[in-house]
Amino acid sequence: MSAANRPVHRPLSPHLQVYRPQLTSVLSILHRATGIALSVGALYLATWVIFAAASPKTYAMFQSFNMSIVGRIVLGGWLFCAFYHLANGIRHLFWDAGYGFELKDAYRSGWIVVAVSAIATVVSWIAGLRLV
Amino acid sequence: MSDLRTPLARARGLGSAREGVKHWWAQRLTAIALIPLVVWFAISLVMLSGADYDIARAWIGSPLVMVLLILTIVIGLHHGQLGLQVVIEDYVHGDGWKLALIVAVRFVAVIFGLAAIVAILRIGFGG
Repeated sequence: MSAANRPVHRPLSPHLQVYRPQLTSVLSILHRATGIALSVGALYLATWVIFAAASPKTYAMFQSFNMSIVGRIVLGGWLFCAFYHLANGIRHLFWDAGYGFELKDAYRSGWIVVAVSAIATVVSWIAGLRLV
Repeated sequence: MSDLRTPLARARGLGSAREGVKHWWAQRLTAIALIPLVVWFAISLVMLSGADYDIARAWIGSPLVMVLLILTIVIGLHHGQLGLQVVIEDYVHGDGWKLALIVAVRFVAVIFGLAAIVAILRIGFGG
């Protein structure tokens, strides 16, 4: 094997150990994380209709989990992920269309996403808790 | 204008990944479709969070909800599959594992999607 063919172990960028978090990078990572969580959550919600179709017993089992503390955290967490990914996804679509690339605009849209998803999440949690 | 691509590559328009913009475009189209669907679904989820068996089934089985629910689940799973594929392509480096995981994600999405559609139709048409 010649020297040119040997794999070179160069450091990967960005260097996460020495990387100062900033709004833009944190929101970018969060978009991926919530996307992964929502994919798993989609299977959970598909299970909900499957159990509703199966029998009253399986549905009751599923609902009793939903009503438990863990179930509330899962559903509440799903709502946050959905609102965040939705708001930041719209931000991404604007970028795809060629708008909002200036640093100032990227920060402004980032804070709008934070505010919108936080408000939507809190409102949905309060509404959900009052309805049960 | 100088272009380093061969005329054939330009005619094919598939780029270096040899798949063109198909994946990218599908991800955006499903994203746009999901904007109203997810808003509707999130509100419904909150309204139904304490619903018993009969209320939940009556809701799932009404014609408009059946259509919207099937759209949400199918488009949502498709969008999720496209997104997870990119995550796998980014972080899984062995070609074998990469392919196996992408195929597995797609299988799971299709199985759950089909099962959910059958369940919704069964509730709606009284099985």
